[in-house]
Amino acid sequence: MKKTIITVVGKDTVGIIAKVCTYLAENKINILDISQTIVDDYFNMMMIADMSQAVKSVSEVSDDFDKLGEEIGVIIRCQREEIFNSMHRL
Amino acid sequence: MYSSRNLGGTFNKMININEVLETNKMIEKENLDVRTITLGISLLDCMDSDLGRLNEKIYNKITTVAKDLVSTGEAIEKEFGIPIVNKRISVTPIALIGGSACRTSEDFVTIAKTLDRARNDVGVNFLGGYSALVSKGMTAADELLLRSIPQALAQTELMCSSVNLGSTKTGIDMDAVRLMGDIIKETAELTKDKDSIGCSKLVVFCNAPDDNPFMAGAFHGVTEADAIINVGVSGPGVVKNALERVRGENFEVLCETIKKTAFKVTRVGQLVAQEASKRLGIPFGIVDLSLAPTPAIGDSVADILCEIGLEYAGAPGTTAALALLNDQVKKGGVMASSYVGGLSGAFIPVSEDQGMIDAVNAGALTLEKLEAMTCVCSVGLDMIAIPGDTKPTTIAGIIADELAIGMINQKTTAVRIIPVIGKTVGDSAEFGGLLGHAPIMPVNRYSCDAFVNRGGRIPAPIHSFKN
Repeated sequence: MKKTIITVVGKDTVGIIAKVCTYLAENKINILDISQTIVDDYFNMMMIADMSQAVKSVSEVSDDFDKLGEEIGVIIRCQREEIFNSMHRL
Repeated sequence: MYSSRNLGGTFNKMININEVLETNKMIEKENLDVRTITLGISLLDCMDSDLGRLNEKIYNKITTVAKDLVSTGEAIEKEFGIPIVNKRISVTPIALIGGSACRTSEDFVTIAKTLDRARNDVGVNFLGGYSALVSKGMTAADELLLRSIPQALAQTELMCSSVNLGSTKTGIDMDAVRLMGDIIKETAELTKDKDSIGCSKLVVFCNAPDDNPFMAGAFHGVTEADAIINVGVSGPGVVKNALERVRGENFEVLCETIKKTAFKVTRVGQLVAQEASKRLGIPFGIVDLSLAPTPAIGDSVADILCEIGLEYAGAPGTTAALALLNDQVKKGGVMASSYVGGLSGAFIPVSEDQGMIDAVNAGALTLEKLEAMTCVCSVGLDMIAIPGDTKPTTIAGIIADELAIGMINQKTTAVRIIPVIGKTVGDSAEFGGLLGHAPIMPVNRYSCDAFVNRGGRIPAPIHSFKN
């Protein structure tokens, strides 16, 4: 299991989840969990994904998401899970 | 809800969206970053009696050991989504390395140039270790190195120099303190066209740590392994934001909040340090738990002091507020890292902290109050611009005062002071980038010539009768 956290932040619009999920499917990245919330009128989505089957590295996926995010008008981040675990779990 | 599914070790207590958003808010809005990954490299095996061969060995060792430092740092940055602002190198104090090859100060300057060239070629933004450890006395090589510092700093770009002038165990070498008064002044003169910026790369210490990752005082101590990864974290903005949420609460709540925040910040540093160590195949040394400000708005230690309840840094209560801040940062950080070292505490530089600059401009913060604050913070008088006509003996006196605080209180203290040639109180010095800008602060004009000119050393202090 090579878990990464994908976050999408921006103005809510049609098809955000669809586009992100399409990219993940094409790149053999399995979604383990999705949650979303609205903070200060902004759409916030978090996905926990498993990248163990993925061909691309976390950095490459991160670059792709920068481009995709620009197209949709949101900010998409892909970060390794460890940074959150180390900060929030003993 | 996932307790029945077994999808890996940490799945049952899986990270939730609020935690993810909290971390990302710290990074994006509150300037959370890893301030530096500093690779310490021992140059002891480069020693040679031939100057040319020595320079060649130094260049080869640095460029070999550090060749992947920058790319590794950048990869970690991207994968974890945390900025790693600086990648740096520290080396064994050069006075030890150049001792048998250097006959003159100019010989030492050739090593300075080699270090700066190696630094440039591996792409790191600062290299530290043009240093001498003279807390009890100077060897001939130590003195040659000290006298070469002004030229070395003027002829290199991003190389830093430090000198340890005293310790709790040895006392203070006042001959070296007096000499450094002249050296600082000369360094200022040689870089006067750039607001005496050379002095921003020169720091003197009492009780200098061997594993400090922060510039300008980083060097790779002789007690260290051949190569080591040290990481310095930061996060004044994160602490400030956390404290905004507990306005008006009592000291218990205040201290708990600082501790928990320091814990989170330090854990990121620990993670980055371990990852860098693994990828570079170089052992992990320490995490330095410092709250290091930058000139960026919202990245200020002075702003934390204001949030604790002061109108400006420097107001009555400042020393107490800083003392509790420093202590809570350590208490929170110590549990977050397996090895803590370096300077670890709150830095209070003036030019690198917009809140401090504002406090000086408002007349709230003086050199004397800063000296008092250094009794309870991690380092000392840092990045303070003073009038260019300040006498070398007066600079030596300021250094002696600061080092005495470190010696008696068994802590690290330091002085990085910039006599800005051609400028005086009311003017401002501009250093640029992370070094920031600073209003020229007034210095007590009374003389200490007869004191600093006595010569010799101040004996080591007694360790009992703590009154």
